[in-house]
Amino acid sequence: MGKLDGKSAIVTGASRGIGRDIALYLAKEGAMVAVNYSGSKDRADAVVEEIKVTGGKAFAIQANVDQSDDVQNLISSTIEQYGSVDILVNNAGITRDNLLMRMKEQEWDDVLNTNLKGVFLCTKAVTRQMMKQRAGRIINITSIVGVSGNAGQANYVAAKAGVIGLTKSSAKELASRNITVNSVAPGFITTDMTDALPEDIKSQMLSQIPLAKFGNPLDVAKAVAFLASEDANYITGQTIHVNGGMYM
Amino acid sequence: MSTVLERVTKVIVDRLGVDESEVKLEASFREDLGADSLDVVELVMELEDEFDMEISDEDAEQISTVGSAVKYIESKQG
Repeated sequence: MGKLDGKSAIVTGASRGIGRDIALYLAKEGAMVAVNYSGSKDRADAVVEEIKVTGGKAFAIQANVDQSDDVQNLISSTIEQYGSVDILVNNAGITRDNLLMRMKEQEWDDVLNTNLKGVFLCTKAVTRQMMKQRAGRIINITSIVGVSGNAGQANYVAAKAGVIGLTKSSAKELASRNITVNSVAPGFITTDMTDALPEDIKSQMLSQIPLAKFGNPLDVAKAVAFLASEDANYITGQTIHVNGGMYM
Repeated sequence: MSTVLERVTKVIVDRLGVDESEVKLEASFREDLGADSLDVVELVMELEDEFDMEISDEDAEQISTVGSAVKYIESKQG
């Protein structure tokens, strides 16, 4: 028996990175998962396959989260497949790092559109269904840098800080309908992206983490599953930091 | 076959838990029928389902009384 037996979930940006592990872990806890992807169909299919071989239910679905028509289709396809949407995990995100002085408007717009507007569009679209259900869980993936700031990531940090504000406002608006909205803020988590960093940068990062190790995508996935479960019934509008103490 | 007003009235009574006699054409959802802003959004959603139509956000903002809802629906049904 899992914590999320019979629940249906949408995970945006679930073809790789942290989103992939979130999709796999929610499925392990019994959820039926819509595995959303933007460009990586093969990887999304692989996630679905991995869920199915362990007896779980999942399907892959393409949608760009900053396009409202795509988002509408994402929500309605999930309702068609599973009859409800109990959990939405807004995970899809991109980076276009650059120094403020060098940052192009396009880099700003791309990151804000996917990382912040995308959360707004998905939340708005799923709310209709969740209000009818008189139940729902929305979990937004923000970042440690959304609260600490980070040189070279003004666009990403602004979007992630925005996600925390959006989380609190939607939590207040939707609480009376039994919909909770929370954020999870990962710190330094090992993914393909971080594996590519030079050793000296990595060791410098490590020195700032009290638990003296990098996080694992599964650490983030477990916090998401907790917020999606009955155990978190009385928690809304919060940000859970999963960062080994890197920011307190 | 029920009239538009009868069907709208039923949706309002079910959603807002008010008495049928209170649902007059000039009644405002928020001022007379005790709805909060989110209730009005839900009411519009249920009218969309009841009448199988889509009401845009812009149009929805114009629907604030029982009469305006009935008038809007009748104009769309042509």
